[in-house]
Amino acid sequence: MSVVLVGISHHQAPVDLRERAALDLPRAADLAARLAGPDGEAVCLSTCNRTELYLADESGEDAERRAEAALLALETELGPALYRLRDEAAALHLFRVAAGLDSMVPGEGEILGQVRSAHDAGATGPILDRLFRQALHAGKKVRAQTAIGESPASVASAAAALAEQVFGDLSGRSVLVVGAGKVGELALRSLVSRGATISFVANRTLDRAAELAEQFGAEAVPLGRIDRELERADVVLSSTSASEWILTRDQVARALPARKGRSLFLIDLAVPRDLEPGIHDLDGCYLYDIDDLEAVVAETLAGRRREAEQAEAIVAAEADRFREWQASLDVVPAIASLRARAEEIRAAELRRAKLNDSERRAAESVTTAVLNKLLHLPTVRMKEAAAAADGVLYADAVRHLFGLEDER
Amino acid sequence: LAELLFWPALIAYGEAAVAYFGDARRPGQAGRLAIWGVRIGWLVQTALLAVQAARSDGFPWSTWATSLNLFVWLVVAAYLIWGCKPRFRLLGLAVLPLAVVLFALARAGGGTGVGSHRHYSNLFLVLHVGLVLVAFAGFTLAASLSALYLWQERRLKRHEASILRMRAPALARLDELAGRTIAVALPALTLGIAVGILRLRDQGGGFDALMAVTVLTWAVYGSSLGLRHLAGWRGRRAAYLILAGFVLVVVARLALPVTHFTS
Repeated sequence: MSVVLVGISHHQAPVDLRERAALDLPRAADLAARLAGPDGEAVCLSTCNRTELYLADESGEDAERRAEAALLALETELGPALYRLRDEAAALHLFRVAAGLDSMVPGEGEILGQVRSAHDAGATGPILDRLFRQALHAGKKVRAQTAIGESPASVASAAAALAEQVFGDLSGRSVLVVGAGKVGELALRSLVSRGATISFVANRTLDRAAELAEQFGAEAVPLGRIDRELERADVVLSSTSASEWILTRDQVARALPARKGRSLFLIDLAVPRDLEPGIHDLDGCYLYDIDDLEAVVAETLAGRRREAEQAEAIVAAEADRFREWQASLDVVPAIASLRARAEEIRAAELRRAKLNDSERRAAESVTTAVLNKLLHLPTVRMKEAAAAADGVLYADAVRHLFGLEDER
Repeated sequence: LAELLFWPALIAYGEAAVAYFGDARRPGQAGRLAIWGVRIGWLVQTALLAVQAARSDGFPWSTWATSLNLFVWLVVAAYLIWGCKPRFRLLGLAVLPLAVVLFALARAGGGTGVGSHRHYSNLFLVLHVGLVLVAFAGFTLAASLSALYLWQERRLKRHEASILRMRAPALARLDELAGRTIAVALPALTLGIAVGILRLRDQGGGFDALMAVTVLTWAVYGSSLGLRHLAGWRGRRAAYLILAGFVLVVVARLALPVTHFTS
């Protein structure tokens, strides 16, 4: 039984090509069901970075042809961007994908959920079920044993992570948003997702401020009220298009006595900057502008790449385990037949013997033990041979020697 | 037996101290080795203290060196409360090297052996020495938390790009924990001093330099708590004040006890 993978990803296919081959979950499930047919196995993994078809079939060539045809039916121009992998290479690829090692941002965590959804929606049998379960296991293991997913990979999440470095848990922390444009919205959402509360949105145009404030259950205030709200805010997020300082060092300094030693974290995403850099020199004030945040992200991405080396070793070991399991499938039927034949002979001979109950029990026990001991070593050796790729030869030899051909 | 227990404890603390430096460079396995070193070292030292208690006919930690041994045990115990949490592992960088040095000093002064002589009643020693040592251990932990606060604050102020790669506890958490630790340690010191003063009144004796430094330490930490709650002294200023108090703890612990214990 072969595992076949045919797909496209961000490595070879630009976004305009990927979006034409992207499938939502119900369509991916339909495609998998069609490719699998009544007895086969197929899973379609479709994300913004990739569309991949995994098939398990007796004939690798045939499965590959069907998968290619299915993808080309989605978009005829996919041809040059398609990649094809088989068995161990396909498994290693899926494990790397699940671990986030094949993602644009190494270690991103969303892919693990997408692999799980694809597995759930797929038409799986023993092979692909095992493959995807092991991929999910590899993905979780990488996240547990390395720090690949711990650091933020975007300016927005870096800003929120830095706020956590000041306040710890952001639950109940109050955010003052200055500027109601799109620039700061991602950072805003990142802060909210970590428990922060958007208290005030200040903007030159109060209508736009009210619109954003309504989304987050905050109060819209005019820019002139910033001074007053500074006394209460824990985080200030600014992203206006103003050409002069929106907040000066003196304004913040005036607010400090009323804050009674509470720290103030300020995020300036605007270019030109909104917040006077001198604010950072004030006691308890931490100001990060876009360059500072981008430097942090660059460093964390470098850290992720370093962690990726350790993660690669983990997924390679998992891929080895899958290969061994897959290889053992070649010999399992032969082992089962051999044991069944031996058991059949043992039972028949015992039936023929004239024994009382206690003698029969003793004979049962002894013959079973002899059988198990006799078959133990050949079983182990066949599994070892399977792992070393000689499994089929050994299985055929066993079938021939013990006359098991009919049970194939 | 005490001798046999000393070396494994010292080696375990030493291993932990080295591993913490490794963990600071590359977080992960070294951190786990470090925390196990601390746990094993502390358990072995607990056994050592138990042996000392069993072999002594009174309070066994009444000398300068033996009390240093107990002090190290208390500091490591206080550290273990927080140090097991990954974010607080970095505290080990300050606590464990200190523990190793003080533990070795305790041995050099004969504080890890058995059979010490007592000069005072057991109750007095347990209350006075025990409470003061508990307080000093608390102040040591608070000083470590404050040092970590200042280090973390400096990284934020310098916009260090690696700040999220090697994460320390949040500033607010460090500040709050240092404050809480002092809030627990200060009453212990107050009681310990009160017991000492009562004994001084009953049995007479001079007011020595150690007593003066201890009372000064109490005043510094008392004002640190007062300023925190009444004037909102938090963050960097509070951390500096806690570290200033710790300098007095070091003086009291290392330099002056020689005169106090022999008086």
